[in-house]
Amino acid sequence: MIPLSHYLFVSAVLFAIGTTGVFLRRNLITILLSIEIMLNAVNLSFVAFGRQMGTVDGQIIVFFVMTVAAAEAAVGLAIVIGLFRHRESLNPDAFVSLKW
Amino acid sequence: MLDSNLHAIVPLLCVILSALAVMAAEAFRSPGEDMPLGGLGLVGLIGAGASAVALWGRNASSFNVIVADNFSLFITLLLVVVGVLTIMFSGPVVARDGLPKGEYYALLLFSIAGMIMMAMANDLLVVFIALEILSLAVYVLTGIRRDDARATEAAFKYFLLGAFSSAFFLYGIAFTFGLSGSTRLDRVGAFLAAQSMSDNPLILVAIGLLLVGFAFKISAVPFHMWTPDAYEGAPAVVTGFMSTGVKAAAFAAFTRVFLSTFEPFTGDWAPMVWALAVVTMILGTVVGVAQSNLKRMLAYSSIAHGGYLLVGLVSANDIGKAAILFYLLAYAVTNVAAFGVIALLGTKDRPNDELRDFAGLWHTRPALAALMTVCLLSLGGLPPTAGFIGKWYVFSAAVSAGYYDLAIIGVLTSVISVFFYLRVVVMMYMVERDAALTPPVKIAGLGMAALVASIVAIFYLGILPSRVLTFASQSISTIF
Repeated sequence: MIPLSHYLFVSAVLFAIGTTGVFLRRNLITILLSIEIMLNAVNLSFVAFGRQMGTVDGQIIVFFVMTVAAAEAAVGLAIVIGLFRHRESLNPDAFVSLKW
Repeated sequence: MLDSNLHAIVPLLCVILSALAVMAAEAFRSPGEDMPLGGLGLVGLIGAGASAVALWGRNASSFNVIVADNFSLFITLLLVVVGVLTIMFSGPVVARDGLPKGEYYALLLFSIAGMIMMAMANDLLVVFIALEILSLAVYVLTGIRRDDARATEAAFKYFLLGAFSSAFFLYGIAFTFGLSGSTRLDRVGAFLAAQSMSDNPLILVAIGLLLVGFAFKISAVPFHMWTPDAYEGAPAVVTGFMSTGVKAAAFAAFTRVFLSTFEPFTGDWAPMVWALAVVTMILGTVVGVAQSNLKRMLAYSSIAHGGYLLVGLVSANDIGKAAILFYLLAYAVTNVAAFGVIALLGTKDRPNDELRDFAGLWHTRPALAALMTVCLLSLGGLPPTAGFIGKWYVFSAAVSAGYYDLAIIGVLTSVISVFFYLRVVVMMYMVERDAALTPPVKIAGLGMAALVASIVAIFYLGILPSRVLTFASQSISTIF
């Protein structure tokens, strides 16, 4: 049996990868994907905690999170399409009309 | 007879049903037909307000995850007021800017439903879902003018940082769940009370992550980067709505989670919130002084006001808790009205939200200038307005809790902030109007009525606050 701490470690690493991606990647779609990685890292934690407690609560929560993440991705991509129509670019550095 | 489990969600259902009705009406509308969709929303909001009044003092609870205690009902009534004022301001703005009417009102109502749900949530998962319901609707509202590049950019920045912060918030929920085995706030609270002596690092991690999530939503420094951009890019009436509604809902959940559930660990989170409050008050005020765009200036002012609310939260005594609710109400009424003035002065092609657009407003529109002056004085915290009483109670709470440093910083930053509020007033009264800049616009009667109503509320809260303060302290006592 793999101990809980291993799952939590993987989850923390995934979360860190997602966070780093949001800051470092220079493409809007990849940034959205990084946020999805963060959410899925959290899902992994939920399932691991739930499994350790011997309940299905953790897995039920994951369903809610997945639904929310899907809605978020839909809205996010719609906004990215709106942005692309204005600027023909997916580089976040191109969007500087609001500053200070 | 209605199942007693359903009583507590009646206010929520009223708003959601009216939002669905707006969507259905829009879908079956024949092209070119004009429908009073805003009126439909008003009906739902008034239903929510009436049911909230009927539920007052009954401590109803639905399935133990949604509770209608006096605390959540106070916030619900506050959100109803914000919603009604916003819809009244929206009527003329939607027609003028050619916004998609059905989508606009449906999203507005869905986000109000999310806010009410967040205030009523008694389960961290419900808090998260409510947070997402309100945020997703507000992201779209921010960018509802798709032809406007700045609005779309603002929506994206808001979305990106919002989604990023929800991930942190969710991670905090995961740790809380892993520690206590439940997401229900009462069970988590019971678990934490039993653990109050332990130094389990995971509890601190959970507190820290939840704090980051909330700090983003209430735009506390250093998690405020999205605020000025989102507030400037969004249509002014949406900015007024989100600067007050989102803040009220987020503070409601913040207060409930930290002051009641995580109360045994106050010693751990109070210093962090203390630091947040200090930098938020200082940065919000200092950077606000340098702004030339009125919406952006009010965005920084709203950040600073978040800092004052955090002072009430840190003080965590009875005055502080009631002060949070009163301050939220005073700030909500004032800010919606201030952004309402900006919204009414705009035109389709020009938002007219630069400081110089307000030059000489007194000569062209004396009524609007006078109303705007009252709003700005209330934001600055001058008597006899609502803002003064709000600040008075927040700072006296800080003093009685022994946080003299917070009270001093708060008073100093308020004094500085009066400088940039008065700058607008000076612009309106003493600077000659630049005729080439903005042609005078026609002001709709509905918007004017909403403005007058909010001004009456500002003076009522400023001169006769005791009644509302009693309500506020009654409602806060139900959760502690």
